[in-house]
Amino acid sequence: MNDRPVSGRAMGCVGSKVGEWLLWGAIIAVALGVLRWIDLPEMLRRYGGDIVHLAVQHLGLAALSGGLAILVGIPVGIILSRPSFAKISEPGARVLTIGSTIPSLAILALSMSWLGIGTPPAVFALWAVTLLPIVRNTMAGLRGVDPYLLEAGRGMGMTPMQLLVRVELPNAMYVLLAGVRTALAINVGTVPMAFLIGGGGLGELIFTGIDLNEPAMMLAGAIPTAGLAVLVDFSLGLIAYYLVPRGVNPLR
Amino acid sequence: MIKLERLTKIYETPVRKVVAADHIDMEVPTGEICVLLGPSGCGKTTTLKMVNRIVTPTGGRVLIDGQDTTDIPTVELRRKIGYVIQQIGLFPNMTVEENICVVPRLLGWDAAKARRRAAELLELTALDPATFLKRYPKELSGGQQQRVGVARALAADPPVMLMDEPFGAIDPINRAAIQDEFLKLQEKLHKTILFVSHDIDEAVKMGDKIAIFRAGRLEQIDSPDNVLAHPAQPFIADFVGADRTIKRLGLIRVADAMTSDAPVLSLGADPVLAQAMLHESGAAALVIVTPEGKPHGFMTAASSFGPGSTCGHASTPIAASVSVAADLRTAVSRMFENDVEWLSCVDDEGRHVGALEMRRIRHLLGRTYEAGGRA
Ligand SMILES: Nc1ncnc2c1ncn2[C@@H]1O[C@H](COP(=O)(O)OP(=O)(O)OP(=O)(O)O)[C@@H](O)[C@H]1O
Ligand SMILES: [Mg+2]
Repeated sequence: MNDRPVSGRAMGCVGSKVGEWLLWGAIIAVALGVLRWIDLPEMLRRYGGDIVHLAVQHLGLAALSGGLAILVGIPVGIILSRPSFAKISEPGARVLTIGSTIPSLAILALSMSWLGIGTPPAVFALWAVTLLPIVRNTMAGLRGVDPYLLEAGRGMGMTPMQLLVRVELPNAMYVLLAGVRTALAINVGTVPMAFLIGGGGLGELIFTGIDLNEPAMMLAGAIPTAGLAVLVDFSLGLIAYYLVPRGVNPLR
Repeated sequence: MIKLERLTKIYETPVRKVVAADHIDMEVPTGEICVLLGPSGCGKTTTLKMVNRIVTPTGGRVLIDGQDTTDIPTVELRRKIGYVIQQIGLFPNMTVEENICVVPRLLGWDAAKARRRAAELLELTALDPATFLKRYPKELSGGQQQRVGVARALAADPPVMLMDEPFGAIDPINRAAIQDEFLKLQEKLHKTILFVSHDIDEAVKMGDKIAIFRAGRLEQIDSPDNVLAHPAQPFIADFVGADRTIKRLGLIRVADAMTSDAPVLSLGADPVLAQAMLHESGAAALVIVTPEGKPHGFMTAASSFGPGSTCGHASTPIAASVSVAADLRTAVSRMFENDVEWLSCVDDEGRHVGALEMRRIRHLLGRTYEAGGRA
């Protein structure tokens, strides 16, 4: 009777491992194809300095906007899901859903029209794009916690804060982190566009390469960008694996 | 002692007012189990939750050991009351051990002491600590989860317990086992318990008192035997069932119903003496016992015997016996199985200590109705 869930978990683990290897295989195959098509040493010689400089800028944009979005998004999600905010949490969630259908490019444009050109509007736009899914998933995760768990916790004499930290957040963690993962994927995918409003980053190589019809230049921006996206997603998967308590973690 | 005074809860729904509890007056003496019984939606859970203020009463008050619960800070009050919710509600993010340690940790016990307590409680609820302490709730069967739920409620040794259908989600065989274990535990712990059930058999088994609810009103509060023997209303008679008198059999121990003054004779005694004793006492049968005191057989006025034989030879073997610790339900069942009018009652060592006659059982159950009053 107790063996079934355990073996089920092991199966899930094997399944996700296979999926992961397939994914990596595909990435490597694509990378090899690309490498045969371009002259890698030549590319590095011509754009190496730019790549490093712009990648640092790129990472800075992503880290700053993403970090701020997490710092603001999770608390806002928590506050909106408190019973005292029940009145505004429903319409709030609807606004957020509509908000996340606005294309990133439009948000960049809006941000530029308001804050002008440069790094601040770029960071602000990226922050806004990243914020919405985080708030939404934090709310969804907390709202998805079984009400009987809350009653049990309250009935045992937990204060609202103890209930949040010991029961609500751990049980919402899986959904919450899935939101962070999606949000950062969107963020990293949008960072190249920040160049369009003067934010810098690897987008500079990509868009200039397109404009000048220079594939090597474009790829010098695109390959690190793609690598970065994969890296961010991978590390977040790893973090989620260890941060979500074992009892509520479908992966372990 | 838990005392409810004119306790009332009215839910204001958009459609209409729901009176979930209507001026409930009752008390549970210290160390007793009171079962709240009634059909679905009659207000049992609502009444229970007003005791630990999960539900705020619309009117009336709750006193625990004479103190109005509104005078105690809510969080403090709840930590002193063990609470088992209808849906079990183990925290899935915590191990069994962490679940049990929740209230002790809230009360500031040090970790080692709380862990020792968790192991001790698992033992008490018949789960092996080595196997279960580090498991997560999803790795337990329903019955095991319910045991952990009870262990968790007992963790800080609260004097008062609220249990909402704590054994609801398990099969009848396991339920009976948990009920027995819990009653044994209660003999040691003497908690004051409000216990919700919608199962009359469970109520009769677990309750020192049964409180019967209907549509938010407390209709009768009485001992299980009185509820079964004297339902205060036709609704209660219906609810406890047409076989309610048979259910009363479960409340009486063989030891309390048997006659132990009937004479017995040993294997080697003279059958003539047996006949004389039967004649004199007017009893239907006389039990013949072995030197160890175990029932060997019986003799009636019709038993025949030759000259010089002993009671051992002249007796008929005893068809069935019953333990004095069993209840009359078991005893009657055994009589029906063996088509007999009486049973030999034996103690733990198997010694004959008395006889239980069907006539006597009928009389015992019928007496309370003849008198028209209460036993
Ligand atoms: N939060 C609520 N809002 C409105 N009505 C409620 C609420 N909680 C309970 N009720 C109503 O109060 C009545 C009593 O409910 P309660 O949960 O106490 O019943 P119960 O006796 O425990 O039933 P069950 O055996 O099904 O658990 C029901 O009619 C129910 O619909
Ligand atoms: Mg209920």
